[in-house]
Amino acid sequence: MPSTRCEDGPDAGTAGAAASDRIYLLGLADDALIASHRLSEWVARAPDLEEDIALANIALDLLGQARMLLGYAGELTDPVLTEDDLAYLRPADEFRNAVLVERPNGDFAVTIVRLLLLAAYQYELYAGLRTAADARLAAIAAKSVKEVAYHRDHARLWTLRLGSGTAESRRRMETALAAEWPWFCALLGDDRADRSCRHWVAEVLGTATLELPEDRVATPSGRDGVHTPDLDAILAEMREVTAAHPGATW
Amino acid sequence: MTTFEQVIEDLGRVEPRDAMPDDYRATLIRQIAQHAHSEIIGMQPEGAWITRAPSLRRKAILLAKVQDEAGHGLYLYAAAETLGVDRADLLDALHTGRQKYSSIFNYPSLTWADVGTIGWLVDGAAIVNQVPLCRCSYGPYARAMVRICKEESFHQRQGFESLHALSHGTPEQHAMAQDALDRWWWPALMMFGPPDSASPNSERSTAWGIKRFSNDTLRQRFVDMTVPQAAVLGLRIPDDDLAWNEERGSWDFGEVDFAELAEVVAGRGPCNAERIAHKVRADAEGAWVREAADAYAASGGAR
Ligand SMILES: [Fe+2]
Ligand SMILES: [Fe+2]
Repeated sequence: MPSTRCEDGPDAGTAGAAASDRIYLLGLADDALIASHRLSEWVARAPDLEEDIALANIALDLLGQARMLLGYAGELTDPVLTEDDLAYLRPADEFRNAVLVERPNGDFAVTIVRLLLLAAYQYELYAGLRTAADARLAAIAAKSVKEVAYHRDHARLWTLRLGSGTAESRRRMETALAAEWPWFCALLGDDRADRSCRHWVAEVLGTATLELPEDRVATPSGRDGVHTPDLDAILAEMREVTAAHPGATW
Repeated sequence: MTTFEQVIEDLGRVEPRDAMPDDYRATLIRQIAQHAHSEIIGMQPEGAWITRAPSLRRKAILLAKVQDEAGHGLYLYAAAETLGVDRADLLDALHTGRQKYSSIFNYPSLTWADVGTIGWLVDGAAIVNQVPLCRCSYGPYARAMVRICKEESFHQRQGFESLHALSHGTPEQHAMAQDALDRWWWPALMMFGPPDSASPNSERSTAWGIKRFSNDTLRQRFVDMTVPQAAVLGLRIPDDDLAWNEERGSWDFGEVDFAELAEVVAGRGPCNAERIAHKVRADAEGAWVREAADAYAASGGAR
């Protein structure tokens, strides 16, 4: 596969505008793809049948978003790449997903906390992108924001249940929040969307009587292509079949 | 007022509030529960391949399929609950081995080709078994089967298509597809149960309008449907006795190893222990979550 590594910043030469859009799209796409992978690990092991269906449904939504975004990013690549080229052949250090979504599943509380944070973040991003000048991205965002609104609400309801359910569920939520919060902080800047995302999360945690963790920024964020070994493990598993049959079609 | 016997005779539908013999109720509970358990245990062999699916399109199809199976489990547990049992008790019966699930899910899914093969053969056999149940005498079961059968035919076509890509792909992909068919063919035939000569409950179920066709009739129907499809795939069915019988207008096929079926049903198949252990572990790991949800609901929150 031709290298997809190129310009990191918005002012990278003549291809600058397209390239920075592309990198941005990859960030959105990879968040969705890797989060979907982690959620699909829950299939046939969720706390009950309803939750098995819900988590698979969310994983499926995220996979659909990833495919639309990767397809678009691939078209902006020279030469053009497919969604599968980008998912199955791209080196790990060209993945732009947040480290937050590559971290191992842990217990159900960790999954819910991570889904709450991711969905809150995606919701604000997609809501803003609905009016993007780029009509194709705006259309993807308009479709995705509806899905993410459901994911966000699903995570919110579980946060309420687990936050004030039993002493054990509360303890698990506190542990999960403490562990995931720095990876969430690593994603956020200080623009309006990020502030609004923080505000929404703080409100949910308040209603769940869970304390807002102190801000601490973990590194790397993942956005610049630097990841933890957990991403290598995910990609190795995702590519187990394709790697054994180079060039085959499926 | 119509009696139970009359409803059955008129090929009508028995509904949850209608009077019904205890044995009829017990038979249905056993069958619907076993069917529900099969749907959810069946999520395991294919679910294990979601993270490894070789294209994003195949991944999405497989994820949606496994999610459908969970949905089938849900409809069926709900149908069983109309007979006065509780899902939690049925799951307990599954976990402790008092109730069974389809023998087919006690075989391992070893390669990606198994996913397509399961869709093609296992969902295919399920359709043959289940289409007649859409006319079963118990209303809630029959209605659940109508919804389920629509989705199963979708799964069967997708499985076939996925396997077709392999059998017409590289030599290695073709070999993978053939190997999967070699391993799944006979277990798929076993899904129709013991031969008619040794099927203890069939007669009564037939009289009650729960069962419409015998095991051997359905098995033959499956073979006749599947042999031409294997030809389109360019794969060889692993049965030297397979031959077109002009007189019967059907395919003759070799002897199914019913001793193997009996072993698997008795809990001694290749994956019985693994499947139940997986289910029991997931259930135990989720116990604190369910307790928290119950406590929250009891305190006035939304479940
Ligand atoms: Fe099913
Ligand atoms: Fe199915």
